[in-house]
Amino acid sequence: MPERPGSPASLSVSLHQPGPIPLSAEFHCEAGELLALVGPSGSGKTTLLRAIAGLYRPAQGRIACGGEAWFDSGRRLSLPPQGRRVGLVFQDYALFPHLTALGNVMVALDHLPPRERRRRAGGWLSRVHLTGLEARYPGQLSGGQRQRVALARALARNPRVLLLDEPFSAVDQVTRRRLQRELAMLREQIRIPIVLVTHDLDEAAALADRLCVLHGGRSLQAGPPEALFRRPASAEVARVLDRHNLFSGEVVEEGGERRLAWGPWRLEVAAGLESLPVGERVTWYLPPSDVVLHRRGRPSQGERENPVRARVESLVVLGGITAVSLAFDHTGQTLSFDIATHAARRNGLARGEPVQVSLLAAGIHLMAAESHEAVRETT
Amino acid sequence: MDWTALSVSLRLAAFTCLLLLPVGLWMGRTLATTRFRGKPLCEALVALPLVMPPTVLGFYLMQAFGVEAPFGGLWARVFGSGLNFTFTGILIASLVANLPFAVQPIQRAFETVPANLREAAWCSGLSPWQTFLRIELPLVWPGIISALALTFAHTLGEFGVILMVGGAIDGETRTLAIAIYDRVQAFDEAGAGIMSAMLLLVSFLTIGVVYGLAGRRRWRRA
Repeated sequence: MPERPGSPASLSVSLHQPGPIPLSAEFHCEAGELLALVGPSGSGKTTLLRAIAGLYRPAQGRIACGGEAWFDSGRRLSLPPQGRRVGLVFQDYALFPHLTALGNVMVALDHLPPRERRRRAGGWLSRVHLTGLEARYPGQLSGGQRQRVALARALARNPRVLLLDEPFSAVDQVTRRRLQRELAMLREQIRIPIVLVTHDLDEAAALADRLCVLHGGRSLQAGPPEALFRRPASAEVARVLDRHNLFSGEVVEEGGERRLAWGPWRLEVAAGLESLPVGERVTWYLPPSDVVLHRRGRPSQGERENPVRARVESLVVLGGITAVSLAFDHTGQTLSFDIATHAARRNGLARGEPVQVSLLAAGIHLMAAESHEAVRETT
Repeated sequence: MDWTALSVSLRLAAFTCLLLLPVGLWMGRTLATTRFRGKPLCEALVALPLVMPPTVLGFYLMQAFGVEAPFGGLWARVFGSGLNFTFTGILIASLVANLPFAVQPIQRAFETVPANLREAAWCSGLSPWQTFLRIELPLVWPGIISALALTFAHTLGEFGVILMVGGAIDGETRTLAIAIYDRVQAFDEAGAGIMSAMLLLVSFLTIGVVYGLAGRRRWRRA
């Protein structure tokens, strides 16, 4: 694989094997960048992380960091974990139960003289806000404190890559938010590639610069969260990213202009239609934010744009936000979006009520009807 | 009081513990951490001395130690003398009889060490050997103590196997347990009583010291 031009300390991964865990993944992560590997359970996220750390040896491929190959099946090269200088935070933290917090961090500083080791380990514990808890054993620490010890231990060796395997899954929500904030702040100080494995899309979107979507061991698409959420490369990516508004339509020509035929409607699309031949079947996606509910009795902005009639199929009030699902006569698929609960009340939304919405042309994203392409970079 | 027999018993128990410790560590760790074909068979073989009647085990060992048997013959050719009725013979018999007591507690202990602790140690830069010494060994310590205590106590009390392989040669193969039996056969119940009390005391002290070494954690796990 040609290596992507990047900063000298970037991580590039390209791994392939038919089984026992099928893998076909390619991604890279720049120094200072946080890449989130997202996908359902069994999508190979953790396996990829273990392969980077040298704990799992895939059949084929190459892993390089800063120009140095760590794994290269072609050259039969595979550095042991000790030779890769990787900081890995395990899902359950894997702290050594018989060592204190300080002792756990000192293990990673074995290359230094003992006194220096103690001083540095203490320094790392204070950076993760654990001053005063140096002498505690893992069993005497809370979940969040354990995670911090694991992070300090991973960073203490001055790793060239930081790998985080579901690091926030074992703590309560308040602690999770705080740890996430701390990680975001810590990123300012460490200029190395950070790879985060998570199944939590909100977490990935909040923390990562880019996401790499995995399914069944294949990397489907990589790009900034917003780009992926608005422009998934395929229906599969959209599904992995928990995007629901997927529909199928056909390219038609009407009055000399290309339109997207969807049931009785001919939708205007801002981009993508021109390059497609008339008669082509496509899958299209609309982000929930690009659905505009028409106010009853009072016309509002955007009503000229792709107005469609529907009826309310369900309303789920989640505090200040109401999740609305609309049904159509021509298809069994539903269109979902969120609106403020007070707006839903003011508009008199109720199950079975007819409504009219606009589907914003700029939001409509066209995809091939069936797509199983490998990574497509969206930037 | 047969001090010679006590000395034979203690020597036998000490050597058995000393020699079985590395074997138990290696086999226990291998059985706990790796998967391979034939592992159930290995585990069954290790456990076999536990379920075999000691006299049966002793009988087979006696047969194997004979100079006509392949093992006994080879031994005699290499070292110039047979194994039956010698201290070396009862030591080898004792090693076989105590294998499950040495291996099983250590295997159970290694099984409780999560695999990712080893991986975390490697990622922290520790070599496999350093990982074993600094991470695994402290965590399986109670299992090691257990194995040593069981092996020591079981060797002191072993009767059937020793009698079959070693007979009761004074200063060579007559252990305290066999000496007690000899006393009873000779209607010297007072002598047998003193020696029994001595065996009880030594066993109790050993177990006490050994559990003391394992620390309080041992008690919490029990």
